[in-house]
Amino acid sequence: MRLSELEIGEIGIVKEFTDLEMSVKLMEMGCLPGEEIKVERMAPLGDPIAISVSGYQLSLRKREASTIVLQ
Amino acid sequence: MKADIRVALVGNPNTGKSTLFNVLTGLNQKIGNFPGVTIDKKIGYFTLPDGRRAELIDLPGTYSIYPKSQDESIVFSVLADKSNPHSPDLVVIILDASNLKRNLLLYSQVADLKIPVVVALNMMDLAKKGDINIDVNLFAKKLGVPVVPIAARKNEGTEALKNAISFANKFALQEDSIDVTTIAPQLVESIGRELNIDNPYLALQLAHQHETLTFLTPAENERIEELEKEFSFNSQKAQGAETIARYAFINDLLYDTVKKPTTAHAETFSNKIDKVLTHKVFGFIIFFGILMFMFQAIFSWSSYPMALIADAFVWVQNSLHTVLPTGPLTSLLVDGVIAGLSGVMVFIPQIAILFAFISILEDTGYMSRVTFMMDKLMRKVGLNGKSVVPLIGGFACAVPSIMSTRTIENWKDRMITIMVTPLVTCSARLPVYTLLIALVVPNRNVWWVFNMQGLALTGMYLFSLVSAIVVAWVFKFILKGKERGYFIMELPVYRMPRWNNVVYSMYERSKAFVLQAGKVIIAVSIILWVMASYGPGDRFAKIDQQYSQPQYIQTMSPDSLSRTVSSAKLENSYAGVLGHVIEPVIRPLGFDWKIGIALITSFAAREVFVGTMATIYSVNGSAEKMQSVYEKMHEAKNPKTGQPVFTLAVAFSLMMFYAFAMQCASTVAVVYRETKNWRWPAIQFAYMTVLAYAASFITYIMLR
Repeated sequence: MRLSELEIGEIGIVKEFTDLEMSVKLMEMGCLPGEEIKVERMAPLGDPIAISVSGYQLSLRKREASTIVLQ
Repeated sequence: MKADIRVALVGNPNTGKSTLFNVLTGLNQKIGNFPGVTIDKKIGYFTLPDGRRAELIDLPGTYSIYPKSQDESIVFSVLADKSNPHSPDLVVIILDASNLKRNLLLYSQVADLKIPVVVALNMMDLAKKGDINIDVNLFAKKLGVPVVPIAARKNEGTEALKNAISFANKFALQEDSIDVTTIAPQLVESIGRELNIDNPYLALQLAHQHETLTFLTPAENERIEELEKEFSFNSQKAQGAETIARYAFINDLLYDTVKKPTTAHAETFSNKIDKVLTHKVFGFIIFFGILMFMFQAIFSWSSYPMALIADAFVWVQNSLHTVLPTGPLTSLLVDGVIAGLSGVMVFIPQIAILFAFISILEDTGYMSRVTFMMDKLMRKVGLNGKSVVPLIGGFACAVPSIMSTRTIENWKDRMITIMVTPLVTCSARLPVYTLLIALVVPNRNVWWVFNMQGLALTGMYLFSLVSAIVVAWVFKFILKGKERGYFIMELPVYRMPRWNNVVYSMYERSKAFVLQAGKVIIAVSIILWVMASYGPGDRFAKIDQQYSQPQYIQTMSPDSLSRTVSSAKLENSYAGVLGHVIEPVIRPLGFDWKIGIALITSFAAREVFVGTMATIYSVNGSAEKMQSVYEKMHEAKNPKTGQPVFTLAVAFSLMMFYAFAMQCASTVAVVYRETKNWRWPAIQFAYMTVLAYAASFITYIMLR
């Protein structure tokens, strides 16, 4: 299951990443393996999405969300 | 100014860093540039409780000392380079108490550089509201640094922070956060030994960042490169491993120092606002509503102060004319320099109001929602959600907008944004459009409510946005991006704007605009005045001779004689000769040699157009300058056909030229500074001139 497949309001826990370059950027922003992520909302045109992670809100594109594998 | 102790202020974006900077230093600050780059360097001074004087440097906000943009790269180079004039004795790192986990990543990196650190724990009030309980004493003990709880917006805890700064060198240095040597043991050891660096984390960072650091010698750079190959160092993998280790340290640290409520998923206030502001339908409606309100405000609120400034300049011109003796120098000063300057100064109210709006939108956190909403749309044409901010700013002035593209991490997205921002109707085009529209569009209402002149102006604004988007889309296929674009951005919680910050940004931006544009205007007015007042060879003498013959003096009134003489002189001046030279080129666009002179002078700055027209149609010293330029241009007739010069076709053809042409020396200069390569401003200048010529030509043919 990828983060990009979650619906609004659903929660997942990060397992691993499929892309090294993206993973470095995401981990810096607090998206680490073991961390809980909640999809808060989507932009009016469906992309990017906004998630809650590590106690704050982060926006990222669906393509970036699809590199995050959930448990 | 000399200081006893140098302090650097470091922290994540949106943590109240600039608020703390302003609270600590008050108005005792100055803004400069870091050498070689155009990144604002804010330095302030304050006095410690023991009487020593501290210099505080505000470093750009960043999530990590691994830079993702040019701004962020400043942080590590100031902290790491001991020979940097701002190399700090002490770092104050500001942490958002309501969001400690992510904030602590930067702390742990800075702490491992082994510069003495004081932690300012900001937004303690917000954390308490959210039932987040922080055991500050235990937290400080585990880190081994002084931790001062503050609320910068309420000016709470800043005295305690100053105290901590003054005692900082009496504490032991902070604990190591992670064991850096395990990440790349041999490489760190070799760099440390060969470059004589005793801090392992500094050595590791040099391995990561050596390509962009300017304080390393070429030999050192080469050696690091060789060592990286020798130990097959993978920068991204090493950074990933380091980040995981740091968050393990942070989780361990927070485990018994911070108590959070278990119902963490309760709907926050910010979330409720977002439900409306980023709503599928209302989101865009509200955004366009805000934009409409902004433009209405820029035009209506500024009209009174603009009239005041214009009147003040007329008063100064009149007074100088009466006080100073008549002669070429007075004429140069009053009709050249001051007339030109007044053309720029009247824009101050518009610029100030626009920047007030932009700073409110950024301060409240709304701007990041706009980038969130627009990203998909922008990406389709090769831009980025973050391009929205410079494009909106382009309505005021392309110069600061192009500087604000630095927040766009992706090279290609940033280049395209820089290339198209000057197409957006900036405030310098406004007087040109207003004058030309007034000449040819009747001041009538259509469908009862819409004023035709207003519609024409709105049309020019919309047209500029459309052309910027189309050109961006074309560049998307031409430019080759080296890296992948991404959009990983914090959505900060909504906050009230800090009003003194808004006022300060209005003041700073207006000042920068006046200084930048003022220099160009003065130079252009002097050159134009000289070119229009002198001619090649003895042409001027011959004109004087011709018109002093009795048949002219007896038949013409002194007034019309002097006007005939000066227009004959203008046609034979250097400016007139130049105008005649380019006339064949611009004839297909419907322009004559007089407009040609205005076009040439406008290549320094667009707003020069009105002033040039005023000079060329020889209206001097009149109280209502704008009105008389209008009247002169209105009455101007083509000497061969007897038809008016400014027809609908000519006026719109001219507006099209101003819509596309890169007639702004300041923009050319800032594009060069931002791209560090003459190729980019050259390409921009070329494509915009070609578009301007084509658009004018088509408009003229169609409307003729």
